[in-house]
Amino acid sequence: MRRAGGAVRRYSPAIVLFALLIGTWEAGVRALDVRGFILPAPSAIATALLDNWDSGYQIFPAARVTLYEALGGLAMGTSLGLAVAFVISRFPTSRDAILPVAVAVNAIPIIAFAPLANNWFGIQSPISKMAVAASLVFFPIMINTLRGLTQVEPSAIELMRSYAAGDGSVTRHLRIPNALPFFFTGMKIATTLALNGAVVGEYFGGLTVALGRVVVGSASALRFDITWSAIVVVSVMGIALYLAVLAIEQLAIPWHPSVRGEERTT
Amino acid sequence: MSESRAPAVVVRLQGVGKTFTLGDGSTVALSDINLDIGRGEFVSLIGPSGCGKSTLLRTIGDLIEPSTGTVQVNAKPAKRARLDREYGMVFQAPVLFDWRTVEENVQLPLELFGQDKTTRARRAGEMLELVGLSDFARHHPYQLSGGMQQRVAIARALAFSPDLLLMDEPFGALDEMTRERMNSELLAIWERTGITVVFVTHSIPEAVFLSSRVAVMSARPGRITHLIDVDLERPRGLATRESPRYFELITAVREALRTGEARADETAMSAERAVAEGGIG
Repeated sequence: MRRAGGAVRRYSPAIVLFALLIGTWEAGVRALDVRGFILPAPSAIATALLDNWDSGYQIFPAARVTLYEALGGLAMGTSLGLAVAFVISRFPTSRDAILPVAVAVNAIPIIAFAPLANNWFGIQSPISKMAVAASLVFFPIMINTLRGLTQVEPSAIELMRSYAAGDGSVTRHLRIPNALPFFFTGMKIATTLALNGAVVGEYFGGLTVALGRVVVGSASALRFDITWSAIVVVSVMGIALYLAVLAIEQLAIPWHPSVRGEERTT
Repeated sequence: MSESRAPAVVVRLQGVGKTFTLGDGSTVALSDINLDIGRGEFVSLIGPSGCGKSTLLRTIGDLIEPSTGTVQVNAKPAKRARLDREYGMVFQAPVLFDWRTVEENVQLPLELFGQDKTTRARRAGEMLELVGLSDFARHHPYQLSGGMQQRVAIARALAFSPDLLLMDEPFGALDEMTRERMNSELLAIWERTGITVVFVTHSIPEAVFLSSRVAVMSARPGRITHLIDVDLERPRGLATRESPRYFELITAVREALRTGEARADETAMSAERAVAEGGIG
């Protein structure tokens, strides 16, 4: 109960600010008589969203497809990022070989990679969109987790050595717990990147029922109110995924200063 | 570990030297250290910063390999002793794992040594009682004060009943009052367990109060210049800290540190002179 009350208190400024922004937007558009294809009013966007929820542009089924692709890409990119981070931390000499390649891969523009992924994995297949999302997710997960696995107090390593602990024990008892806060920081970035990747992948072709296709179709028909409602849905999904990561983080690392705050009982 | 068959000398250092190479230059951190530490002794290593006292402690624990000489613990090479888990280590920072509760931290070595849950819990309970923290078993380290955290670290180091306790300025980060209290508590633990302790410090009163012997070190290169027997009566307490003999010994250690420093300066200066005169190189 105390926790729920705390959450309301904590997020009420954000809710108020959000409501203020929407209100100003609505009032501004009406007062200045801004035309719909420049900037639709929030009420117009809401109407467009409701009108095209299940029929027309089918935003809800499209959102489900996009979310599925984003989650798939998130899982793939996270697994790969974790795997590479563990390999580098376990074999430090591999760092100089792997990191430049990872940086180079990360530098590939997403709009160049998306058509390639469509070509490789099939334009109709969700795998091609997941691949684009995964390519964005991989780097922040890898680089953050690697930092957490390697940035361990030297005296903690000495302590483990004094116990004659092997590399496996050091990893399990010290490196992994130490890396968890870093991993969650990576995940918070990765969730929104995964959504971005999925939408961009869809933009370059594929199933018609997908948010990326809703954006392409509505924009070319100059139905920007519908484009905006697709943006709103992606944002809401982004917030939901972020909050999910936050909730898991609180369960996983209640001991970390970022989660526990500055409480002291003595 | 049967007491009767255990060797009487726990630590034997013979001609121990350590040279660190950094880039092009090299530093002689330790030079020709010879020292025997008997079972049940409490030996402090004291000296100015950079005299290599922490390095010496780490060579005993096989955390640093000496460049020359041999280190034996319980009549075996230091590495064997480390692998046999014959010493516990306490650092200046408590090095507790925040993701573990206090009792789980104390259990860490036992867990690594594969002891079962019941033994671990019993042993951790005993150790926390020994350091007076039974009420805090379920707390997390960050909920404790600095002195309490260091007591947890001591409990953890003693949890598997090692023969030897290596302590690297364990109370260096504590305020003076807490430090004095921790000194008394450490002595009480030492008397109850009969464990051999090697204790690194830069506090003269702390070294005198705790030790049976004080090894005074000098820098450039790090070597033991004096070994001072501390013949203060035990058990030691507040009265010890106010006794004339205590102050005499503090003065003796201070003098030893000063002459060691002067001698080191002399060596450094004569070496520089030799270089200037083209005698070396």
